[in-house]
Amino acid sequence: MTDFLIYKILLVVGVFTITLVVAMYATYGERKVAAFLQDRIGPNRAGPFGILQPLADGLKFFMKEEIIPSVSNKFLFILGPSIAMITALMAGVLIPWGNTLIINGTAYSLQITDINIGILYVFGVVSIGVYGIMIGGWASNNKYSLLGAIRASAQMISYELAMGISIIALIMMTGTLSLGEIVNQQAGGDWNFWNVVYQPLGFLIFIVCAFAECNRAPFDLPECETELVGGYHTEYSSMKLGFYMFAEYINMFISSAVLSTLYFGGYNFPFMNDLGLSHNAITILGTVFLFAKIFFFIFFFMWVRWTLPRFRYDQLMNLGWRVLLPLSIANLLLTALVLLWIDK
Amino acid sequence: MESLSHRSKVVSNKKMTFLERIYLPAVLSGIAITIKHLFRRKATVSYPEVKREFSKIWRGHHVLKRDDKGAERCTACGLCAVACPAEAITMTAAERKKGEENLYREEKYASTYEINMLRCIFCGLCEEACPKEAIFLTDRLVYTDFARDGFIYGKDKLVEKVDERIDVTVRQTPAVLEFKKHKQLSHNK
Repeated sequence: MTDFLIYKILLVVGVFTITLVVAMYATYGERKVAAFLQDRIGPNRAGPFGILQPLADGLKFFMKEEIIPSVSNKFLFILGPSIAMITALMAGVLIPWGNTLIINGTAYSLQITDINIGILYVFGVVSIGVYGIMIGGWASNNKYSLLGAIRASAQMISYELAMGISIIALIMMTGTLSLGEIVNQQAGGDWNFWNVVYQPLGFLIFIVCAFAECNRAPFDLPECETELVGGYHTEYSSMKLGFYMFAEYINMFISSAVLSTLYFGGYNFPFMNDLGLSHNAITILGTVFLFAKIFFFIFFFMWVRWTLPRFRYDQLMNLGWRVLLPLSIANLLLTALVLLWIDK
Repeated sequence: MESLSHRSKVVSNKKMTFLERIYLPAVLSGIAITIKHLFRRKATVSYPEVKREFSKIWRGHHVLKRDDKGAERCTACGLCAVACPAEAITMTAAERKKGEENLYREEKYASTYEINMLRCIFCGLCEEACPKEAIFLTDRLVYTDFARDGFIYGKDKLVEKVDERIDVTVRQTPAVLEFKKHKQLSHNK
């Protein structure tokens, strides 16, 4: 029992640390990618290649004066960024970060917990993230913050629908809600077993919705500087602002992880069983592959951000309700028909 | 009028085609363009470590030259002030006294000589007009300041020091030397 507890605590602390470090360096990565895509060099003063830049940024956030507007609701003003941060961190629990490690004959899974309603939990937790933005924007008592918050929640709710339906098609195919199970079904010799091959349309809808859910460009209307000053975090300063930004990067990391898990085979990689390596070696290699996939998607998020201009609000709603939603329903019906046909 | 860049496009309000409406082809071509830039040579110059190379004929901070013996060449003839299109140069002439032969080359010299660097357009016409090869534009920069007074450079900033001469040969390209040959002036021979 103590073994079990220690192993779980280690795993939780490990995942927590990795999530924070990845989010921290995603800010650095974002600036570097932005610079490189624009023929610039990017931050290169703090340490070699600017490696220490995130630490300097973090320190700056802590040292900044903390301002709570006198007209704001103080409790909710502090609650907002806390919720955003907590919910962003909670989703990491369910991601299968690797297969099992066998130590002294006992198998230790690298997934913290594999509950049988995994996807539902992830979606539930991510949806609570809207409250963080909504509460923060409302508690600021500032019209720009409120407008940003309303936009953010409207956008997230609209796109969650299409995202959910695209996932249902996937669940019908796999027949399970557990993330660990979905990954194991994609295990095997070569590429064909990855879900993206069976669900290309679903994947497309999912990734577009993931962009919108994370409030990333081209759907970053809640933070639309040209119209809304700073969006929902206009009134925030110091580390509370840092929490909102951090939550955004953690969400990006989690979305990339969910994307790789659901559609790109998670920790599975091609020809993993033909290498003739031991089980533990394959597990570690698989985790490395999972992170490679995640980093690719994070890079993709940034790549798209620094390519596309922002959507107009009506275009955003149009795309969400009149294009993606019908498309995802069509995808659902198509999947259902094919499944029935195979079953027969 | 003919377009200068030939890159302008006529804008129309026609309905978007299906391919345009689903955005994806445009998105893909967009990300293809940006990924190419990832591997391009960067335009940034890491300033304090790397300095951008100046043009060979860069025209910067003026210098009033001294001759080989260390006497000022300028005779306050005022041709530079006349030539200056920005009217940045002013000077007062004075007569050389006995015992100042080592300071000034000829009997007349400039007791004050001021260039207003805020007016100066660094065209180099003063240099071209000067019959005594006294004023030159160099590859040095005019530094920034907070007050306007600081930009009016007097002789203290313009005349080169006797012990640290300023090299003006960088700008004397063959074309310039050829041009000077035709200035039929005694001291140029």
